[in-house]
Amino acid sequence: MDKSAEDLAQAVAPVRDGASVMIGGFGSSGIPFGLIDALLEQGATGLTVISNNAGAGETGIAKLLKAGCVARVICSYPRTPGSIWFERRFEAGEVALEVVPQGTLAERIRAAGAGLGGFLTPTGYGTRLAEGKETRVIDGRGYVLEAPLPADFALIRADRGDRWGNLGFHATARNFNPVMAMAATHAIVEVRELSDLPLDPETVVTPGIFVQSVVQYGMRP
Amino acid sequence: MTAVTLTALDDAQLAARVAQDIPDGSYVNLGIGKPTHVSGYVPEGREVIYHSENGILGVGPSPAPGCEDPELIDASKRYVTAAPGAAYFEHCDSFAMMRGGHIDIAVLGAYQVAENGDLANWATLDETYPPAVGGAMDLVVGVPKIFVMMRHVNRDGSPKLLKQCTYPLTGLGVVSRVYTDLAVLDVTPEGFRLVELTPGNSLDAVQAVTEARILT
Repeated sequence: MDKSAEDLAQAVAPVRDGASVMIGGFGSSGIPFGLIDALLEQGATGLTVISNNAGAGETGIAKLLKAGCVARVICSYPRTPGSIWFERRFEAGEVALEVVPQGTLAERIRAAGAGLGGFLTPTGYGTRLAEGKETRVIDGRGYVLEAPLPADFALIRADRGDRWGNLGFHATARNFNPVMAMAATHAIVEVRELSDLPLDPETVVTPGIFVQSVVQYGMRP
Repeated sequence: MTAVTLTALDDAQLAARVAQDIPDGSYVNLGIGKPTHVSGYVPEGREVIYHSENGILGVGPSPAPGCEDPELIDASKRYVTAAPGAAYFEHCDSFAMMRGGHIDIAVLGAYQVAENGDLANWATLDETYPPAVGGAMDLVVGVPKIFVMMRHVNRDGSPKLLKQCTYPLTGLGVVSRVYTDLAVLDVTPEGFRLVELTPGNSLDAVQAVTEARILT
């Protein structure tokens, strides 16, 4: 088994117009900048981007928004300082936004990856973000029924990987990356180092079964 | 209206005041913005473990210049270090800590707090401005003690401590205590109860800039 791709372009080639794409990262850490740039080159449009943030400055997701490739954003916090491209597209009505509480976003993604039909969370109960959703009271406490959130693709950043797709991470660059790899039909990973030797099983964070493609991108921005 | 001069704590003094109430051995989440400064004022001899939602328990001080790691940041996206005893984890685990009741105290900023403990800190009524909730709704349902740290009034002088919030809610009846530049107030079943006034302020003067009634 060898899941390694020749280069970034080959790795993102399967992403088609209108696809849903999870993108790992939080703030500036753990973002697959190499894969995002390659996706931009590849030219897929009408994308639904699922990520914690909506990009900042002129890098990462902001580049996709600037280029007009994104039709919809599902995230918890689109208002990072410098998120000008999201704000511009949103104000012009060119991008739809679904705001999801961060823990609910992570858990909806996990539910999709774990084959669950959803879950009940107290998060958001009684607030605007629960409007129109089914609720239940259990032992006197209110809960909101949240649905699983799968995606066609995930773009993942990891520190190291092997040809089986096993991944290890560095510091807070882990964030949404492992759970997104689980939830996407096709998870594409850029790794700082693609190891010729198998990773030590004790240090594997994301088992290779959740990964379809892995490519080396040494730069750590 | 009579012009009354109120004594207001600056941001550093307010952070120091909040830090006094964080017991030794606590697991604490500090919200983005002003609450992040609280960690700089925890009294000597107390060990407090800081959680950051992006996957670190044991947030340490800022790194020395030149030693920044772009993949080691906190929820405010600032460079941090890992304190002795720190751990890294992915997002589902991080939010299990928050939602699952494992964190002891969260310190958050707010637009508005109501006398029944309702908190509004994620969206305004401006529809053109994209709302951003982040981890606030998860924190307030899971963390037993929610401390709010904010200015007592808005820039235009309008009150932030209200009978009822007018902005969309983050959580219902979730706030334990409010620290403002003018006073410290507990949220009780009867409403806001005064804990202390910033020295130099009278209760009448603080009540005058507070919509909700302050009990003593």
